[in-house]
Amino acid sequence: MPKQINVALIGNPNTGKTSVFNHLTGLNQQVGNYPGITVEKKEGICKLPRGLKAHILDLPGTYSLNASSLDENIVIELLLNKNDKDYPDVAVVVSDVENLKRNLLLFTQIKDLGIPTILAINMADRMDRKGISLDIARMEERLKTKIALVSARKKTGIEELKELIINHRQISTEPCVNASTIAPDYFDSLRKAFPNQSLYKLWLVITHDVNFGSLNRNNLDKTSGFKTKEKTDLKRLQQKETIVRYQFINGILKETFTKDISAATDLRSKLDRVLTHQVWGYFIFFGILLLIFQAIYDWSSYPMDLIDSTFAFLGEWSKEILPSGMFTSLISEGIIPGLGGIVIFIPQIAFLFLFISLLEESGYMSRVVFLMDRIMRRFGLSGKSVVPLVSGTACAIPAVMATRNIEDWKERLITILVVPFTTCSARLPVYLIIIALVIPDERFLGIFNLQGITLMLLYMLGFGMSVFSAWILNKILKIKSKTYFVIEMPDYKLPLFKNVAINVVEKTKSFVFGAGKIILAISIILWVLASYGPTEKFDNAEKIVSEQYGESLTPEEFHNHVASIKLENSYIGMMGKGIEPIVRPLGYDWKIGIAIVSSFAAREVFVGTLATIYSVGSDEEKTIKDRMAAETNPILGGPLFNFASGISLLLFYAFAMQCMSTLAIVKRETNSWKWPALQLVLMSGIAYIAAFAAFQILK
Amino acid sequence: MSQTIASLKKGQKGIIKQFSHDDIPLKLLEMGCLPGNEVELVQTAPFRDPMYLNINGSHLAIRKETALLIEIEVVE
Repeated sequence: MPKQINVALIGNPNTGKTSVFNHLTGLNQQVGNYPGITVEKKEGICKLPRGLKAHILDLPGTYSLNASSLDENIVIELLLNKNDKDYPDVAVVVSDVENLKRNLLLFTQIKDLGIPTILAINMADRMDRKGISLDIARMEERLKTKIALVSARKKTGIEELKELIINHRQISTEPCVNASTIAPDYFDSLRKAFPNQSLYKLWLVITHDVNFGSLNRNNLDKTSGFKTKEKTDLKRLQQKETIVRYQFINGILKETFTKDISAATDLRSKLDRVLTHQVWGYFIFFGILLLIFQAIYDWSSYPMDLIDSTFAFLGEWSKEILPSGMFTSLISEGIIPGLGGIVIFIPQIAFLFLFISLLEESGYMSRVVFLMDRIMRRFGLSGKSVVPLVSGTACAIPAVMATRNIEDWKERLITILVVPFTTCSARLPVYLIIIALVIPDERFLGIFNLQGITLMLLYMLGFGMSVFSAWILNKILKIKSKTYFVIEMPDYKLPLFKNVAINVVEKTKSFVFGAGKIILAISIILWVLASYGPTEKFDNAEKIVSEQYGESLTPEEFHNHVASIKLENSYIGMMGKGIEPIVRPLGYDWKIGIAIVSSFAAREVFVGTLATIYSVGSDEEKTIKDRMAAETNPILGGPLFNFASGISLLLFYAFAMQCMSTLAIVKRETNSWKWPALQLVLMSGIAYIAAFAAFQILK
Repeated sequence: MSQTIASLKKGQKGIIKQFSHDDIPLKLLEMGCLPGNEVELVQTAPFRDPMYLNINGSHLAIRKETALLIEIEVVE
């Protein structure tokens, strides 16, 4: 069997690199992490003609090889390490025909590393509309490479690209720009010291602080007696290098690229006139946000109700068809409700990622960054914090990772610290069920659903709290850093269905399998703790009930009394009673106490826990909501979930840091336990105080 | 005092002359903001900050504080 061809896909952000990747690999792709860091690693297998295969690695988008972020470091680290198993046999640089000049900068850098490099010019379908024509043959000659004209949107050029990948050995590995002209003497001495290394490679090692296996900057100094320059000198040289590369590119484009401006239709400026307008821009942005929340609440309620009742039915049904015993009860009271607690999230998570990827794919997200930068800066954040804060409404974990493109460390740290306040999707089921219980399903002014408004207020509260705490942190934190802010404003594009669909499926899957495992495990543990007890009271529950009530009870009443005595005397019941004094001032009973403790690992466990606790011993087919509504407060009387305790719970979940995965990711991104510990203590403290105040005032 | 990008009016164009500070982010250069290139101010957010620029067909937004470091010659 012939060896797979290793292909690295490289390109600037917004060039449609991922679309090309999706076309090459189809659904044959997997998303993992690079070892030790949390940068997403996307790879897949591409079937080539004549029975050949290629392993395609979709590297993070980057503007150049002069890395300024973790994501960009990945690219250089791979390209400089010939021993890496993913080291490419051929690199494919994906570029956007309209931004060819800027895209070619990265191309020349990779080409200079001596790797066979194919240039894929994407979005070829826009050439006519923009009046662009290219002299491909001449361009291939000048760049010493092969070019594929691709349109990921129209699915053209992909087969040609595959042919070029097969024939990659025919591509010249000669560099196209001679970087050494920027400082001839310096590069001469470098060449003498390391005669066997590629000059450009050495230059990259010198200008970066990262280690590349055996080659690293300190080594260079020691082994050869070679003196590197001062940092500021190096920086000036890097600037010079960029200029030299652009001169080379301009020369080529002058010969090969023509643009007939009269043929161009300018959708961008028309849309930007409205979407980035100083007044209308903001109206539209908030309108879109409103639409998203309304949609998530309204549209996903149908599949969610269906899922809820399906799982209630499944639990009941499994009880009937399986022989009764411990095993059956584990399935019908432990595993099935636990699974239900995971599956019920799927509609909302899918909707949220749908909207986020639509906004990103269309190019609108950059406009939001532009509009919000000045406002966010007042709170010590950056316009780029808007994307993490909006993604935080899906999940804080990708949101914390999305802060990487914030150049300024202080702004980035503050964003990381406050992101967990935004209403993530794991809070949603808690909110939804509590809102359904304590807020009337009525309309306000005849249009707005009261429950929908409450949900929106909770989202605004989360957002407000993150901005407020950012403002405080900005005053307190004494970090000096040089700020700068550059963001590309890409062209507007119609989102590609395939990209959006793959993104939604990918994110939902990672939630279901990632968080799902924890939830399922906790559900089973809870069931065990609720089904066994250490005392005699637990074992003799039947006897106690019949002694107390005699023959006066119906079989159903008898069963319920037994179940409640058992639950109270089970391990979990005892734990719950233990923490009851702490949660009682907030309006909760010991069952809610258990749910809060078990949801420390992940908020979404809350509903699953209550589902498990309330279904232990319950015989009827009922949804979780019905069971919760039937609970009464043992001390105050009346329903346990009333307005006061409901609001108190909502506030508790709005503020509390109940997510171990987020703490872990913050530790990894800030490289210190100090920041996650601060988050945990402060957020949970605020949550307790807010919940306490709400219940005491409202009760 | 020489003019900088920050002094452009909306729709006005200029040619980038030089950077008044060595600490100009390399990323800006890589994105096409180089001496000799034409720059147009496309749009500004409220308080003229950030500024949305078109530099030789490359569209990007920078903050006013950075715009102040880029000296230009106004052409129209």
